[in-house]
Amino acid sequence: MNRTPRLLLAFHGLFVVFMLAPLVMVALVSFTDKGYIAMPFDGASWRWYAAILKNDDFIDAFWRSVGLGVMAATLATLLAVPAGMAIAWHRFPGREVVLGLLLSPLMVPHVVLGIALLRFLTHIGASGTMWGLTAAHTVLVLPYVLRLVVAAATGFDRNVAQAAESLGASAWTVFRRIELPLILPGVAGGWLIAFINSFDELTMSIFVASAGTQTLPVKMYNHIANTIDPLLASVSTVLIVLTLVLMLVLDRFYGLDRVLAGKP
Amino acid sequence: MNPPRNWLPYWLTAPGVLMALAFVALPLVITLSLSLYPFLPGGGVGDQMTIANFADVARDEYFHVIFARTFAMAILVTLLCILIGVPEAYVLSRLSARWRTVSIVIVLGPMLISVVVRTLGWAVLLGNEGVINKLLLGSGLVNEPVKMMFTFTGVVVALVHVLVPFMVLAVWASLQKLDATTEQAAQSLGAGLTTVMRRIVFPQVIPGVLSGGLIVFALAASAFATPSIIGGRRLKVVPTTIYDEFLGNLNWPLGAALAVVLVVIVLVVSMGMNRFVERRYKQVFQ
Repeated sequence: MNRTPRLLLAFHGLFVVFMLAPLVMVALVSFTDKGYIAMPFDGASWRWYAAILKNDDFIDAFWRSVGLGVMAATLATLLAVPAGMAIAWHRFPGREVVLGLLLSPLMVPHVVLGIALLRFLTHIGASGTMWGLTAAHTVLVLPYVLRLVVAAATGFDRNVAQAAESLGASAWTVFRRIELPLILPGVAGGWLIAFINSFDELTMSIFVASAGTQTLPVKMYNHIANTIDPLLASVSTVLIVLTLVLMLVLDRFYGLDRVLAGKP
Repeated sequence: MNPPRNWLPYWLTAPGVLMALAFVALPLVITLSLSLYPFLPGGGVGDQMTIANFADVARDEYFHVIFARTFAMAILVTLLCILIGVPEAYVLSRLSARWRTVSIVIVLGPMLISVVVRTLGWAVLLGNEGVINKLLLGSGLVNEPVKMMFTFTGVVVALVHVLVPFMVLAVWASLQKLDATTEQAAQSLGAGLTTVMRRIVFPQVIPGVLSGGLIVFALAASAFATPSIIGGRRLKVVPTTIYDEFLGNLNWPLGAALAVVLVVIVLVVSMGMNRFVERRYKQVFQ
């Protein structure tokens, strides 16, 4: 393989700057000691990080989003593991329809899902409830887990399971001792990517969440609508750092490129 | 061989299917039907079926401007993502393993960071007091700040940043199937970098560009957070208009009609693009 031409490397450098500039900028302005966003600024301080701790609204919204993400990712995983195994290992009439239905939240714009769920949850008297939001997030992140489970299960040698069965293992034992351990990296990667997607989701949640069930992105959006102050920058910086940590975890046990590309 | 019907896969998929039916399919059907009922002043919904909401959308100049802006924005964002995403994917595929890992984190990692955070970054960069204007003024290139916040250009730049990773991913996936020896053959026959790119690499990654383009187009046309924060109140697009109709004017039927029209246009344009490209570049799809 010959060396990458200079011109392309220069382009790559510019592209990297373009991708990083807004994130780096948010992190920089969060260290101002002024009451407004300015760059460059004179005095650096932790003032706006201390301000987060005093702002109960943001802290509450953060923990609500964490709880919602954990619940939605866990429920989605419980639904996606059996479904993914069925789709990967069985050819049955209606398989394509089932797969299409389960992946459909990826195709429908979130704004459309948002109004549809607002209307539906109002209809059944569940608008503004935490469980309504959780159900909505569960179906929304299910496709991410499903894709990784199907990918993991497809690359799996079925002879191993058949060997165990022929030696007298029950279906449950085969699942618990053979199948689940082999697809576990896919399941864990899927759970994490589902959690991240639920945690970050804004557009659908903004319709479904009420004042009492605001998630962190909704809280931040409503704050931006009033004013863009350094508090938002410090909250954002915390989120960037947390996402970086999650990325490293994800890369460790599954491989970031595989997760992002949704490929085996 | 005809074994008795195996019900196991149906049992295994049933919980997920029921969930998706209840919380995706049913709500969508209800919303579609909502668009066919009249809005009553005060926030109610009438019970006589009507196409008045769609007639409003079709007739009103106000909505024409919003739809034209939304799709002009989506097309421009898609073209820019192709323009910078394809070469970037090509560079990624040629980097050494170690640099590739670092670059992937930088290029694709932002997909995992909340779109609110990324858009906030652009708000800080693009403002009249923002860094870009400070640099422009300091270098003497301009005498007064260039207005970028609350402009079409500003929204396009921020949307390209949010969506270009999807293009890079799609093209990168199809580059991995590419046979490097075809490039070497072209080079050994005297082709320069641009010729190799234009004649050898690009035609082979057309399927990736197409699927990336369709994703970017659909996401750009239905983007909410970025146009809302960077574009502001006056630079409305269809998703922010739907938001205002639903949560501001409480005119749910009209909001639902706007959503239906948005989805239909996105679908029709996507299918048209798909057919056009597949016919135009028939050989690479075989």
